[in-house]
Amino acid sequence: MSGVPMEHGLVLAAILFALGLAGLMFRRNMIFVLMSLEVMLNAAGLAFIVGGTAWQQPEGQAMFLLVITLAAAEASVGLALLIQLNHRFKTLDLDAASRMRG
Amino acid sequence: MGLPMTLLLPLTFLLPLAGTLILSISRGTLSERASAFVGVASIGLSALVTGLIFLQFLAGDGAPQTVTLWTWIAVGDFQPTIGLALDGLSLTMLGVITGVGFLIHLFAAWYMRGEEGITRFYAFMNLFVFSMILLVLGDNLLMLFLGWEGVGMCSYLLIGYYYQHSTNGWAAFKAFIVTRIGDVFLAIGMFLIFLELGTLNIAEILQRAPEVWARGDTMVELAALLILGGAMGKSAQLPLHTWLADAMAGPTPVSALIHAATMVTAGVYLIARMNGIFTLAPDVLYLVGVIGALTLLMAGFAALAQTDIKRVLAYSTMSQIGYMFLALGVGAFDAAIFHLMTHAFFKALLFLSAGAVIVSCHHEQDMSRLGGLWRRLPLAYAGFVIGGAALAALPLITAGFYSKDEILWQALASGNGGLLLAGLIGAFLTSLYTLRLIIGTFHGETKSDNARHAEAGRGLVHGLPLVVLAVLSTFLGAWLQPPLADVLPASPGEGVHAWHTALEIIASATALAGIALGAWLFLRRREWLARLAGQGWGARLWTLWNHAWGFDAFFDRLLVRPYRGLVRLLSGDPLDGLIGLSTRLAWLFNAGLTRTQTGKMRIYATSMVFGATLVLLVLVLGA
Amino acid sequence: MEIAFYLSGLVAVLATLGVITNANPVHALLYLIVSLIAVAMVFFSLGAPFAGALEIIVYAGAIMVLFVFVVMMLNLGEGVAAQERAWLKPRTWLGPAVLAAALLLVLIATLWRGDIGLVIQGETLTAKMVGITLFGPWLIVVELAAMLLLAALVTASHVGRMAPDKPATNRETGARGDA
Repeated sequence: MSGVPMEHGLVLAAILFALGLAGLMFRRNMIFVLMSLEVMLNAAGLAFIVGGTAWQQPEGQAMFLLVITLAAAEASVGLALLIQLNHRFKTLDLDAASRMRG
Repeated sequence: MGLPMTLLLPLTFLLPLAGTLILSISRGTLSERASAFVGVASIGLSALVTGLIFLQFLAGDGAPQTVTLWTWIAVGDFQPTIGLALDGLSLTMLGVITGVGFLIHLFAAWYMRGEEGITRFYAFMNLFVFSMILLVLGDNLLMLFLGWEGVGMCSYLLIGYYYQHSTNGWAAFKAFIVTRIGDVFLAIGMFLIFLELGTLNIAEILQRAPEVWARGDTMVELAALLILGGAMGKSAQLPLHTWLADAMAGPTPVSALIHAATMVTAGVYLIARMNGIFTLAPDVLYLVGVIGALTLLMAGFAALAQTDIKRVLAYSTMSQIGYMFLALGVGAFDAAIFHLMTHAFFKALLFLSAGAVIVSCHHEQDMSRLGGLWRRLPLAYAGFVIGGAALAALPLITAGFYSKDEILWQALASGNGGLLLAGLIGAFLTSLYTLRLIIGTFHGETKSDNARHAEAGRGLVHGLPLVVLAVLSTFLGAWLQPPLADVLPASPGEGVHAWHTALEIIASATALAGIALGAWLFLRRREWLARLAGQGWGARLWTLWNHAWGFDAFFDRLLVRPYRGLVRLLSGDPLDGLIGLSTRLAWLFNAGLTRTQTGKMRIYATSMVFGATLVLLVLVLGA
Repeated sequence: MEIAFYLSGLVAVLATLGVITNANPVHALLYLIVSLIAVAMVFFSLGAPFAGALEIIVYAGAIMVLFVFVVMMLNLGEGVAAQERAWLKPRTWLGPAVLAAALLLVLIATLWRGDIGLVIQGETLTAKMVGITLFGPWLIVVELAAMLLLAALVTASHVGRMAPDKPATNRETGARGDA
C-alpha cells in the first residue's frame, strides 16, 4: 500500500550529487575528481529513474541508458587524460596543469 | 597708340614674380652680384612698365580701367575673378610701390653687400613687391586679401631674415601674430560684406552699398569697424601697433620698403579704397580719426625716448600713419593718400640714410654710441636733414609741409577742433624728436670706436637712391599731385579758403617752435636733460616713453599671461584624465578578473557551483 | 520495498562519503563500487530492474574495472595516501563542503515547494518496455549514444597514446624536457 514518495528519491539523488560535487571541488588528485564525476553522473541517472518509475514510464530507464553511455565515454576520455597527466607531469595533482592561467 | 593695358597691368606684378621664381629656383647657385641684378632689375622693369601705364593713363580720359584675366572660382553666385582695376588711387600706389621700391632695392644692393643669403633676401623682396601690387591692383576684396596676406608673410620672412638670433625670430613672430589679429577682422568684414551685398568686387560694393544700407546702418557700421580692424593691424595703429617697433629687427631696406613706405600704409589704402562704406558709417569714420590722433600722439612721445635710430623712425612712422588716419577720419581721403605718397618718399629717405649710417658705422645703430658723424658721412647727413625737414614739415621747401598742412587744414575745415589740436601737438613733437635724432646721430662728440671709424658709402647704388629720394622729399615731390579727383569723394575743405593761410602760419610756427626748442635743448642743455631723465619723475617718464607707454607689458598681463596660465592648466589635460577614468576602471576590473584566471580547475568548478547556486537561489526565492 | 529503498539509499550515501573522503585511491574505488551497487539496489526497489542490471554490469562492472586497471597501471606507491591526507585539510574542504551543502539545501527547498505528490509503488517496468521504447521512438537517441561512444573511443585512443620521446613534442606542449 505505502510507497516511496517521489521527493525522497529525488532528495537521495540530490544528496549523492552534492557529495560528488563536494568531492569534485576539494580533491586535487585527478582519480578522485573522476570518481566524483562518476558519482554525480550516477546521481543524475538516479533522478531519471526516480522520475520514470514515479510516472510509470520507460523513458526514465532509456534516459539512464544514455547517462551510462555518457559516463562510459567520460570515464574513458578522463582516464586517458589522467594517464597523460601522470606521464607528462609525474603527478596526479590537477593544479600542476595550470599553465593556461591568465 | 601704346601697348594694351591687358598686357601692361599684369606685367607690373609678373616681373617681380618672375624675379622671385628665378631667385628661388636658383637655390644659391647665383652669385651675389647676379642675385642682386635679378632682384633689382625685375623691380626696375616693373617701375618702367608703371611709367608707361602712367603716361597712357594721363593721355587717356582718366576713367578707371579694369582687366579681367580669368574667373578664379565659380561657386554659385560667388565668382571672384583674377581681375585688375586701374584708377588714380591704385596708380598712385603702384607708382609709390615700384618707384620707391626700385630705389630701395637698388640701395639694398649696397647695403646687403657680403651678407649671407642675399638670394633669399631678394626673392622675398620681389615676392613682397608682387604681393603689394596685387593688393593695390586687385579689383575685388579677395584679390586684395591675397596680396594683404602675401605682404604679411613677406614681412614675417624679412623681419626674421637674420634668423640666427632668436630675438629676430620672436620679433617676426610678434609682427605676424599681431597683424593676424587685424587680418581676421578684415576677413570677417569681407564675409559680412559678401553676405550683405552679394559681391566682393570693389566697384560693385561701392555702387551697391548706398542702395542697400542707410547712412549709419548697424550692419554698415559693423562692416566698417571690421575693415578698420584689419587696417589697424596692418598699419600699426593703436592698439595693434606694438609689432612695428620690434619689426626693425629686419635689414634696414626692409624697414624702409615694408615698414615705412608701402606695407604699413596698406591700411590707409584699404580705408581710402572702401571710402563708400566708411562715408556711410560716420561714427566709425570718426573713430578712424580718433585712433589716428591717439596713435600720432602716443608714437610721438615714444619716439622722444628711443635711443635706437630705427626705433625712432619706427615710432615716427606710426605717428605719420596716425596723421593719415586722422585725415581719413575727417573725410579727407585724398589728403591721406597725398601724405602717404610724400611720407613714402621722405621716410624711405630717412631709413636709407639710417641704413647708410648703420653700415658705415659697422652695424652700430644706438644713438648713445654714435654722434659727430656729419663730417664723415656727408651724404647720409644730407639725407637725414632733408628727410627730417620733410618729416617735421618745414614750411614751403619740403614735401611733408604740403601734405601735412593739407591734413591739418581739412581737420579744421571739417570742424574737428580736437583732432586739429592733436595734429598740431603731434607736429610739435615731430620736430622735437626729429631734431633729437639728427643731433644725437650727427652732432656732439663721437661716443664709440665703431662711429669713430665710420666709412662713408661710395658708388652709384649707394648715392643714387638717396639723391633721388632727397629731391622727391623737397617741394618738388609735392608737385606730384596724385590724380585722385575721380576716385575719392570730395574733402570737407574743398573750395573753402577762410583761415587757410592763418592755419598754415600756425602750423609752420609750431614746427619751427619745436625745432627751436629742440636745438636749444639738445645742443645747449644736454646735461640738464640727462639729469632730468636720470632721476625722479623724469626717469619714470623716460621709462614709460621708452617702452611706448607700456603697451607690451599691458598686453602681456592682459592676454599673454592668462593664456599661458590657461595653457599650464590644460597641459595636464584634466579632461583627458576624466576620459581616462573609464580606461583605468577597465584596467582595474581587468586586473581583478585576471586574478581569477588561476588555471586551477577546482577553483573554476567552485565558482561555477557558486554561480549555479546563486541562480537557483534567485529562482527559488523569486518564484 | 520501502525499507530496501531507504536502507540502500543510506548505504549509497555513506559509501559515497567514503569515496570522497578516503585517502587511498583503491579503497575509494571499492567504496564507489559499493555505492554503485547500493544505487542499483535502489533501482530494483523502485521497480526498474533493467536499469539496476545495467548499473551493475556497465557501471560497477565495466567502468569501475577500467578505473581499477588504470590505478593499477599507474602503480601508485605508498606516498599517495599520505599526500592525499596532507591535501585534505579542513581549510581545503570546508569551503567546498559548505557550498555543496548550500546547493543541496537549495535543491531540497526547490523539491519541497513542488506539489507533484507522486508516490512510487514499485511496480516493475520491464526490460521489454524499455527495449520497445529504445528501439521504437528513441532510435535516434541510441544512434547518438553509439556515435558518442565511438567518438570517446577515438578520443581516448588518441589522448591516451604515449608521446614518443621527441623534443619536438616537448616544444609544442611546453612540457618538461625529460617527459
